[in-house]
Amino acid sequence: MIKTLTTTVPAALIALGLASTAHADIKIGASISATGPAAFLGDPEAKTLEMLVEELNAKGGINGEKVELVLYDDGGDANKARTFATRLIEDDEVQAIIGGTTTGASMSILAVAEDAEVPFISLAGAIDIIQPVKPYTFKTPHTDRMACQKIFEDMKKQGISKVGLISGTDGFGASMHAQCKDVVGEYGIEIVADETYDPKDADMTAQLTKIKNAAGIQAVLNPGFGQGPSIVTRNYKQLAIDLPLYQSHGVASDGFIELAGKDAAEGVRLPGTALLVADLLADGDAQKPVVAAYKAAYEAKYKMPVSTFGGYAHDGFALMVEAITKAGSSEPEAIRDALESITGLAGTTGVYAMTAEDHLGLDLSAFRMLEIKDGGWTIVE
Amino acid sequence: MSEFLQFLFSGLTVGAVYALVALGFTIIYNASGVVNFAQGEFVMLGGMITVFAHAAGLPIPLAALAAIAATAAVGVALNKLAIEPARGAPVVSLIIITIGASIFIRGAAQLIFDKQIHSFPAFSGDEPIHVLGATILTQSLWAIGGAFAVFVGLWLFFTRTILGRAVLATSNNRLAAQLVGINTDFVMTLSFALSAAIGAFAGVLITPITMTSYDVGLGLALKGFAGAMLGGMGNPKGAFAGGLLLGLFEAMTAGYLSSQYKEAAAFVVILAVLFFMPQGLFGSKSTDRV
Repeated sequence: MIKTLTTTVPAALIALGLASTAHADIKIGASISATGPAAFLGDPEAKTLEMLVEELNAKGGINGEKVELVLYDDGGDANKARTFATRLIEDDEVQAIIGGTTTGASMSILAVAEDAEVPFISLAGAIDIIQPVKPYTFKTPHTDRMACQKIFEDMKKQGISKVGLISGTDGFGASMHAQCKDVVGEYGIEIVADETYDPKDADMTAQLTKIKNAAGIQAVLNPGFGQGPSIVTRNYKQLAIDLPLYQSHGVASDGFIELAGKDAAEGVRLPGTALLVADLLADGDAQKPVVAAYKAAYEAKYKMPVSTFGGYAHDGFALMVEAITKAGSSEPEAIRDALESITGLAGTTGVYAMTAEDHLGLDLSAFRMLEIKDGGWTIVE
Repeated sequence: MSEFLQFLFSGLTVGAVYALVALGFTIIYNASGVVNFAQGEFVMLGGMITVFAHAAGLPIPLAALAAIAATAAVGVALNKLAIEPARGAPVVSLIIITIGASIFIRGAAQLIFDKQIHSFPAFSGDEPIHVLGATILTQSLWAIGGAFAVFVGLWLFFTRTILGRAVLATSNNRLAAQLVGINTDFVMTLSFALSAAIGAFAGVLITPITMTSYDVGLGLALKGFAGAMLGGMGNPKGAFAGGLLLGLFEAMTAGYLSSQYKEAAAFVVILAVLFFMPQGLFGSKSTDRV
């Protein structure tokens, strides 16, 4: 039924002479975790894509062609993501895919996309998605390894050489914990305490007491996600620990300050994206216009604050539009080649410069080191 | 010494959370032998409704009362719409129904509220109390006190009131209970309402400590269930002590051994206790149920 519609309707339109330019729409597929355990990531992503497609079509589409978004909700289930990826390619016949909110979902989509040779931009964090480089897979969020490097770089500047880690045992916390341990040596920093907590734990004072008493400790880093880091931050204040506390990019949102409490969050440092500090960016900043436009449009449309995660979808879509425009064609092969040659595209997460060896295209400058002061953000650099 | 005290306070805080959830299991279990796996969802509803009622302008005490009343109504609805129609089904089927109900409530909460993490201010401020170099938050005292109050209330209810005994009688033999004039349908409805209200009360007390979101229920229910099993299912004393002990095990393991092992250590202790005392620490000897 849908097949006959897509073939007969454009044919009829052409016959009527109505479809002089829009002969075949560009179809972009998306499988996003808009519900389920990763909903707080996927929900803003899905909303962002819907908004951007609407905006783009109102402006006339890409090279005169309208863009159609085929959006599925995989509920954070990697198996469903695989099914939807197959459906997008075989039934909906999309030219490219954006999505894969979680690393698991991204890994299953990329397997399908690589087989079918359809370009895929992932919105998930893990470095495994683009390393080793796969011809058709790209991604927009920076990796947790880069977050670790950014934090350790800042610590080194402060003359900190002995740190304690308190990590969540969830996927995010465990992965970042492993990456941080991997790169910490490069900065001449030693981990003198290494504790964990369950993401649902109510109190971390036991772990923090242990960390506090570790010999020579100079700072604490908390790789984690969700409410855990807020509780750690509160307990940190409760125990009156007088050391710098670093949080991860996983909690880079205004919600974190609110949950942890203004007093407890005072002085906490974390690597965040330009989106979080849109108002504080310098006027010459390449990202400033992009970030401001996205923030304004999203907040006006959905009446809720933008999130870093919605920003990933924004960047994925911007890269795709840029690639299709540059390629002047919506052939998957041409889009892929164009994606790989994008340089200097300012997104909300950073300025992308893709190469054949780097399908992420961001460096450490994409992260801004932020410090919380008086319940708001300040840029440290 | 201050280190030990801090671990103790941490354990008591976590334990009070577990105990409050564990106590909620007691009434439904005593009335029907059903372990209500939607109990965690009641706790979530208590916290979430309070958050949203507070955001809508109600002061916290009123918001909390509204949350407890609304959650009790959800409990009654659960009994009327899902449990009562399945009357006569084996206990295992009823337990599976509660698992379904928990998934349903979680999904509904995600739609009605949102998917964000929320909290509301602690009742007596955020300043911790200092005792010999260790600190405890005032909200932890509220939680411990609340758990103790619920425990005493339940204990009096089951041992001192006709209604409480009617609940126990219904569980023991439904037909016999009906024959002596107990309105067993009412007892079931009441037990769901009370369990839901206790769950919501727990949610109100612990949300300033643990924060809440639509999906906190399952994790809380599992830990509360573990605490209730440790202490002896159905016994308020067991739920109270079991929850606190579980929290203390976790904190002491995290403090003196390693936080990597804290969950494992707590569950090893539970297994060991259940191996030697299958009824839990305070469980009564099994009544034969065939």
